[in-house]
Amino acid sequence: MPLHRLPLHSGGRAGAGRLTVLERPRLTEVGVSRPRKDGREKLSGQAQYVGDMEVAGMLHGKVLRSPVAHAGIESINVSAALELDGVAAVLTGSDLDDIEPYYGHAIKDRPIIALDRVRFAGEPVAAVAALDEATAEAAVRAIQVEYEELPVLGTLEQALASDAPRLHDRRPELGLFHGLGELGEQRGNVCYLHTIVGGDIERARAEAEITVEGTYTFPAVYQYAMETHATIAHHHGDAVTLWANCQHPFLVQAEIADLFGLEVGSVRIMVPYLGGGFGSKSYTKMEPLTVALARKAGRPVRIVNRVEESMVTTRRHGMRCWMRTMADRDGTLLAREVHFWLDTGAYADNGPRVTATAADAAPGPYRFEAAEVQGYCVYCNTPPSGSYRAFGATHLQWIGELQVDEVAHRAGVDPLELRRRCLLVPGEPVRPDGSGKPLDADLIGDVERVAAAVGWDGPRRAWVGRGVSVGLLAAGAHPVSRASVRLSADGSVDVYVGTTELGQGPRTVMAQIAAEELGLSSELVRVHGADTRFTPYDRSTGASRSTTIAGLAVKRAADAVGERLRETASELWDVDPTLVELVGGQAVVSGEEISLPDLIAKRFGFRGGEIIEGGEVRPTGGDTGSYAEGPYFWEVCVAGAEVEVEPETGVINVLRTATIADVGKAINPQLVERQDEGATLQGIGNALFEEMRLVDGLVTNDNLLEYRIPRLSDLPQRMRSIIVENEDGPGPYGAKGCGEGAFAAVPAAIACALADAGVPMRELPLTPERVWRRIQELAGQPQREDQSHD
Amino acid sequence: MDLALTVNGREVRAAIEPHELLLDFLRDRLGLTGAKRSCDVQVCGTCTVLVEGQPVSACTYLAADAQGRRVLTIEGFAQSPEFERFEEAFLRHAALQCGYCTPGLLLTIKSLRDSGELASEADIRHGLDGNLCRCTGYRSILEAARELAA
Repeated sequence: MPLHRLPLHSGGRAGAGRLTVLERPRLTEVGVSRPRKDGREKLSGQAQYVGDMEVAGMLHGKVLRSPVAHAGIESINVSAALELDGVAAVLTGSDLDDIEPYYGHAIKDRPIIALDRVRFAGEPVAAVAALDEATAEAAVRAIQVEYEELPVLGTLEQALASDAPRLHDRRPELGLFHGLGELGEQRGNVCYLHTIVGGDIERARAEAEITVEGTYTFPAVYQYAMETHATIAHHHGDAVTLWANCQHPFLVQAEIADLFGLEVGSVRIMVPYLGGGFGSKSYTKMEPLTVALARKAGRPVRIVNRVEESMVTTRRHGMRCWMRTMADRDGTLLAREVHFWLDTGAYADNGPRVTATAADAAPGPYRFEAAEVQGYCVYCNTPPSGSYRAFGATHLQWIGELQVDEVAHRAGVDPLELRRRCLLVPGEPVRPDGSGKPLDADLIGDVERVAAAVGWDGPRRAWVGRGVSVGLLAAGAHPVSRASVRLSADGSVDVYVGTTELGQGPRTVMAQIAAEELGLSSELVRVHGADTRFTPYDRSTGASRSTTIAGLAVKRAADAVGERLRETASELWDVDPTLVELVGGQAVVSGEEISLPDLIAKRFGFRGGEIIEGGEVRPTGGDTGSYAEGPYFWEVCVAGAEVEVEPETGVINVLRTATIADVGKAINPQLVERQDEGATLQGIGNALFEEMRLVDGLVTNDNLLEYRIPRLSDLPQRMRSIIVENEDGPGPYGAKGCGEGAFAAVPAAIACALADAGVPMRELPLTPERVWRRIQELAGQPQREDQSHD
Repeated sequence: MDLALTVNGREVRAAIEPHELLLDFLRDRLGLTGAKRSCDVQVCGTCTVLVEGQPVSACTYLAADAQGRRVLTIEGFAQSPEFERFEEAFLRHAALQCGYCTPGLLLTIKSLRDSGELASEADIRHGLDGNLCRCTGYRSILEAARELAA
């Protein structure tokens, strides 16, 4: 559908999704900051993570990883390893002759273990199962491998060179959860290409009076969930049992079944607490290798990664980007062109979806006449890249927002005013081609709030700058979740939902939702970790979808349990069931009340039985849940920042940040704030210092001494998380997801603030050295007018 | 070699390898898994336990060096009456998310508090700078620590 220019948005939030909220009963559980249900267990050290668990007969697994980034495997000699006392099994590629050993939820391009070639430094080449870890480590050291080294495509430039060798010569095969439609022809080392085209870009080029253009670099970074990847696997008969710290147990279950030729129901995955995820434990990671080793050993095996191993298991894509933004003389945005290249590493992992999401974020939420985006996902001889909080949006937002600010500067318009003028309003199409979900949030209101919070109109000191940034993240992933709610005879409740507790708080939030619907206290509700044998299906824990989609499934399941209670009460009192209210742990009609345990006893005739019901969320109205139809909602990415740069050193001090949690309805406001505060610090790390330094495909800083993450002392002087509740989300009570948007928005706000302070940068992270060099470079040039400060 | 030490108030004797790390000793031999392994290079603080009241990174501390000393892990601390205040402060401020760094943080705060090094804002910021938390963004931890310092 052709883009059209709407009348200029005039001040404030006129027309911006003003809502009429219908009268309804006051909420008692939802909207309240209940303490974390898992708090006491975690504080006392009793909470168990996979690395804390042992099962009977369990062996310890260790992995031999390739020291080189690209090589043919000439030979592997495991005889010395097998001779060590305590070694139970050694696995190599030759043990996988009886199965099709390739996996990958997007593209089946990755062997469980290297077969005859390694494509990245760190790729598993052999694995040992032994009675203890030390023996397994000694056995790994005793394995001899001869490599025939091949040219290393360590950078995007090398991988995209016309004479570059192809890293994958098998015909690409779609994975089970590709989700992006047909896989186009793969050319050279381009694994996936995502294109969005809308409007007449030629006309916009001819009309534009202001053009901003540049090439930008974004670093590879490491998610650093403090708990590394850990898996216990047991392959027994025609079944597999796994204890895994995975975010998406049902997708892993399907992939394991597919790989090892098993029925889906024969693969059981149990997920205890996760020590953080942030995307690093999304999709399938160490599970196939652990299962293959357990299959060889005939006993349960546990593999727990070291940090340096998790760093080469998954990471965030490094990126090069060229972008051009065009505008009228008065700054009104006309069009944008974007080409970007993501280094997805040796295997696709989640690269295609990261590319699609980045492409969705590339135009930015502005009313453009035309836009063209081409996103390339590129294979390199580097460790595989996958999901990390707000992927794609974090990559692109800082670039787009720097260009918007530059347009504003050239037009002589306040950057906030330009945003007011050009930001989309609710109901307008977001994608330049008009496809998918239109805007469902009040962005202008959001950006005004953060601007006020960072003192937008206040006086400015030299070397201090302020920035705001606005973006959107395609959120929700595939809208399929089921849940069940079980009310026991004693009136307590169990919620079974596949959402993984990785710190974000679903065990608390889901309890509040179920309690609200059943009119009882969330203290009576237990929410359990996923066990695929008993827990209903949930697509995944990511894309900010849990509260919105799984939460809606929980609400529906609880509603259904409530219906049964009303039926029973209506039979008891001979009244219409719609007149029965569930409140304060009782069923009530005028003049009558009965506690839930007594009501259940009436239903079953004794103090036993239970009420158990399911709830479902799935695509409706002829939709299939495809990426093109989506997203389920647009997650808002809005932040403001005030920074000070020390010109003598290039050191940046973050004075103030403000982020927006545009959540529709905050089920637990305190947990919402924690999400945004955590995202803010991760955004600061990504913006200021986090960077995996890759040299010839080797990670040269694969430890926490040389790869620095934010500490307490990196906390901004003032950090605000602003919750916006417009009840405009598709989830329960009008909720929509949060926790990622701030990550995309904060680096952008910081980069814009730094530019405002006089130091426009085109490369992240904004290390003191880079910033200092840029200051020196700019000192040799005539100063821009806006660099003279009050 | 023979090791004799006190863990959470109980005497423990074991034959250990001289190179055995305190973290492995606690987790693998005693089943005290509250101390977590993460960075392995004494940066993250998640393996923090107290030896004679002082916080140490058990990932880089030899079990042999705890010979004759008193070790306190989160399991032991959680049994003490003073733990309740810590628990309430952390719950009130939601100063935890995934919980992986939490035991190490609690023990670090306890040690600072016991030695009078949690008196000022600067103390808190300095003293807790060696415990990483990837989830919370630190503000809530800072607030809980301020409350415990008071």
